[in-house]
Amino acid sequence: MTKFHQFDAVIVGAGGAGLMAALHASKGCNTAVISKLYPTRSHTGAAQGGIAAALNNMGDGDSWEFHMFDTVKGGDYLADQDSAEILAKDAIDAIIELEHMGLPFDRTPDGRIDQRRFGGHTANFGERLVMRSCKAADRTGHMILQTLYQQCIKQKVRFFDEFFMVDLLMNGNTCVGCVAIEIATGEVHVFHSKALMIASGGFGKIFKVTSNAVSLTGDPVAAVYRRGLPLEDMEFFQFHPTGIYKLGILLSEAARGEGSVLINGKGERFMEQYAPSVKDLAPRDLISRSIMSEIRAGRGIDGKDYVYMDFRPETINKFKSGPGGKEVTREHLEKSLPEIIEFVRVYMGIDPMEHPVPIQPTAHYAMGGIPTDNEARVLDANEKVIPGLYSAGECACVSVHGANRLGTNSLVDLVVFGRRGGKEMVEYAKKTDFTALPKNSEAQVVAELESLRNRVRKDPKDGERVSTLRTAMQDTMQLNVSVYRTAESMAKAVADLAELKARYANVKIDDSGKIFNTDLLEAFELGCMLDLAECVARTALARQESRGGHAREDFPNRDDKKWLKHSLIWRNDGASNASLVPHGKYQFGERPVRLGRFEPKERKY
Amino acid sequence: MKLHLKIKRFNPEKDKAPWWGEYDVDVEPTDRVLDAIHYVKYYQDGTLNLRRSCAHGVCGSDAMRINGKNALACKLLVQDLGTDHITIEPLLGMRVIKDLVVDMEPFFDHYRSIMPFLVNDEPLPANGRERLQTQEQVDRISEGTKCILCAACTGSCPAFWANGKYVGPSAIVQAHRFIFDTRDRASAQRLGILNERMGVWRCRTAFNCTNVCPKDIPITRQIAEVKNAILSGVIA
Ligand SMILES: Cc1cc2nc3c(=O)[nH]c(=O)nc-3n(C[C@H](O)[C@H](O)[C@H](O)COP(=O)(O)OP(=O)(O)OC[C@H]3O[C@@H](n4cnc5c(N)ncnc54)[C@H](O)[C@@H]3O)c2cc1C
Ligand code: FES
Repeated sequence: MTKFHQFDAVIVGAGGAGLMAALHASKGCNTAVISKLYPTRSHTGAAQGGIAAALNNMGDGDSWEFHMFDTVKGGDYLADQDSAEILAKDAIDAIIELEHMGLPFDRTPDGRIDQRRFGGHTANFGERLVMRSCKAADRTGHMILQTLYQQCIKQKVRFFDEFFMVDLLMNGNTCVGCVAIEIATGEVHVFHSKALMIASGGFGKIFKVTSNAVSLTGDPVAAVYRRGLPLEDMEFFQFHPTGIYKLGILLSEAARGEGSVLINGKGERFMEQYAPSVKDLAPRDLISRSIMSEIRAGRGIDGKDYVYMDFRPETINKFKSGPGGKEVTREHLEKSLPEIIEFVRVYMGIDPMEHPVPIQPTAHYAMGGIPTDNEARVLDANEKVIPGLYSAGECACVSVHGANRLGTNSLVDLVVFGRRGGKEMVEYAKKTDFTALPKNSEAQVVAELESLRNRVRKDPKDGERVSTLRTAMQDTMQLNVSVYRTAESMAKAVADLAELKARYANVKIDDSGKIFNTDLLEAFELGCMLDLAECVARTALARQESRGGHAREDFPNRDDKKWLKHSLIWRNDGASNASLVPHGKYQFGERPVRLGRFEPKERKY
Repeated sequence: MKLHLKIKRFNPEKDKAPWWGEYDVDVEPTDRVLDAIHYVKYYQDGTLNLRRSCAHGVCGSDAMRINGKNALACKLLVQDLGTDHITIEPLLGMRVIKDLVVDMEPFFDHYRSIMPFLVNDEPLPANGRERLQTQEQVDRISEGTKCILCAACTGSCPAFWANGKYVGPSAIVQAHRFIFDTRDRASAQRLGILNERMGVWRCRTAFNCTNVCPKDIPITRQIAEVKNAILSGVIA
C-alpha cells in the first residue's frame, strides 16, 4: 500500500546542501528530508581539504573580489558572474555561521579560523597564492556534515532515513512532490510538497576510477531528466589530478597546499613547465592534463600510467614548496593531513612520509547538473522558473563553477546555495497552496520497479548482470570521455552506451523480495546512470572546443565566439515518465553565460 | 588469491533462522574485505545485503564483525587478515534486518539522547565574526570529532550486549566532544544524562570499543574522563 505524506518543503538528499537547506526551511515551514543514506553517510563527509571564504584571517590581503575572480577564471569564464559574486560574498558569512553552529575549525594563534592555500586561489587577480581555505585538519567535509546534522537534530527536523527517491511528480508545469521507496520495507511513499529540493550530490559512479561513493549514482537527477526537464553543462566533469593509483581514493589538494609536488618518471617536478607561476597549485583541469601529457610522452613512473605525488618533508623543503617557501616538518604534515596519510598507509601499504605516492587523475566532480537561478529555483529550457522545484549542491548547476571548479568551492556552494534555497522555499510555501497530485501519480514508477523485480534470474547464465553492464559503462566512460577527448572517442562511448541501454532491457536480478532489496535498487540506479552517462557523452561530443574540464584534442582551443554558452540537453521522445530514456531521444539547447566585471581572457597560471 | 568467505545470512521474508552462506572468490591481496563481499554480491548472489557507501573508511556504513572483530569492511585489506578464510557477521546486539544490515534506529536514538549539538545562547561576537578558540582547545576535542557513527564500538561492548538501553560508547564519545568544547554551555545537562542509570556507569572498561574503533579514538579514556567530570564536577 502506498503511504502519503504532505509537507510544505521536501528536501531530497542529506549532504551538506540538503541539510543546510533543511535547517533554513524548517525555521519557517513544515519540512522533511528524504535520504537514501543515513545523513551522516553522505559523501560530503568525504571532503577533505577545506571550504573557501575570503576571511583574510591570515592577513594576506584576501577579499571576496579576488575569490570571485578566481572562481570565474578557474571556470574558464563559463561561470555566471552574478552567481560567482554571490558565492564569494555569501561565503564569508556562511563560514561564520558554521562556526557559530559549533564546527571545530583549526585556529590561528589569535584564535580565529585558520586558513591554507589551495589550487587556483590567489590575491590581486592572479598575482600570488592566497590562504583562503578554512579547514578542520583534512576532514573538513566530515565536520560540516556532522555539524549540520547536529543542528538539524537540535531543531527537530523530520528525517526519512534510507528512503530512496525514484520519481519526480509534476502536475503540468508545477512540481508537486516525489515518490520514494522505504528501503527497509520496500513500501512506496508519495511525498506531496509545495516546494521540493533535489540535493542528491554527484554521479561520479558513471566512471571507473572515481573519488565518488558507491551511492553517487544520480538517480534524482535522472528523474528530473526523465520528466523532460533539461540538464545543463553535463560535458564538464572534473578529473581530480591526485587519486590513489587504480583505487581513485582522493588525496586532497590540501597536500599540495602544504607543499607536496608532482614528480614524473624522470624525477622532474613537471608542473614547473606547465604552470610556471603557481606550479603544483594550478587548477585541477590543468594539472590533470599535464599528468596525462607526461604519461603519454612516456614520462610516467617506469613508463606506466601514473606519476608520483611526493609529500615527504625533505622533498617539500628541497623545492621550497611549503607555504610561503617555509620549511615544513613531518610533525606538521602528520597534524594537518592525518586522514590522507592514513589512506596511503592503509590502502597502498606505504608510508607517504618515507615514499612518494603513485597517483592518477580520478573522476571527481560534476560541474553540470540541474539548472537553477541564484535562489536555487530550477529553470526550464527557456530559463523560466519551474514552480515548486529547487536544487542545490553538486547536482545543481547555478552555474558558479563554469567549466572547472576550484578546490574548496563545492563545500561553499553547498552552504551558500543550500541556505538561499531553504529560505526561498519558505517564502514560496507561505504564499502558495498545494497543487493537486495527479491521480495514481506513483503508478508509473511502481510499474517500472515491479517489472524489474519480476525479472528474476533462473540460472547463473540467465539474462544480463547489473554488475557486468555497470562495469562496461564505467570502462567506456573512463576510456573515451576522459581528461582528453576526441570526436572519435566520444562517438565510441555514445555507441557503447546505446548497446548497453539495449542490453539493459534484458537485465535480470536475484532478489525479488521487499525488505532491503538493494539488488533491485542497484538495477534501477544503473538505468539512471546510463541516462546520465549518455547526457555527458552526448553534450561532450557536441561541444567543439576545449574549455576547463572539457579538453578536446581535435579542438584544442577555447572558442568564445561559438561556445561561450551553457549547453542544455533534455529528453525528447514525446514521453515524460519514470523509465529509461530511449537511446538518442534527446534534444540540445543553450543558454547564454551571464558575464560581468571580468572579460573572458586567455587563462594562464 | 583464493578466499573462502563464510557470511551469516538472514532474510526475514524467507528464513526462520540465520544460516551460513559459503563462497569462494578470487581476489587481490590488496583488495578490501568489502571488495570480496562485492564479488559475491555482484557475481554469485545478488540477494546478499550490506550497507556501504564511501568505500574508504569515512562514512561509517559498513561496520561488521569480521573474523570475530568489528571493523569497517572497506578499511580492512584481505592481506592484513593473515588467513584466507573470512567469517563475516552483522554487528552483535542489534536486530538484524537482513544479512549484514542491522537496525540502526536504537543506536541513533542513543546518539540523539545526549544532546549532540552545540548549545550556546550567549550573544554572538559583536563584530559579526567567529567565536575565538585556541588550537589547544580544539585539540582537546579533536579525537572525538573524528567519530563517524559506524557503531563498531557500541556493537562490540559487552555492557551494551547485556542491555541495549545502555547509551553505549559511541554516544558517550559524542557527548565528550561537546562537554569539553569551550564554546558549549550545556555540559552540566549532558553530564546529568550520562549520570543516569543507562549512562556511563554501565561501562565496565572492557576496552573492546577502543580496540575496534576505525578512527583510533581512545574511547575508554574518554568515558573515564566523563566519569571523572561527573564525580569531580570539574571539566578540564
Ligand atoms: C573525496 C572527496 C573530497 C572532496 N573534498 C572537497 C573539499 O575539500 N572541498 C570542497 O569544496 N569540495 C570537496 N569535494 C566535493 C564536495 O565534497 C561535494 O561536491 C559535496 O560534498 C556534495 O555535497 P551534496 O550535498 O551536493 O551531496 P552529498 O553530500 O553527496 O549528498 C547526497 C545526498 O543525496 C542523497 N541521495 C542521493 N540519491 C538519492 C535518492 N535516489 N533518494 C534519496 N536520497 C538520495 C544521499 O543519501 C545523500 O544524503 C570533495 C569530494 C570528494 C568525493
Ligand atoms: S563504506 Fe564508508 S566506511 Fe566503509
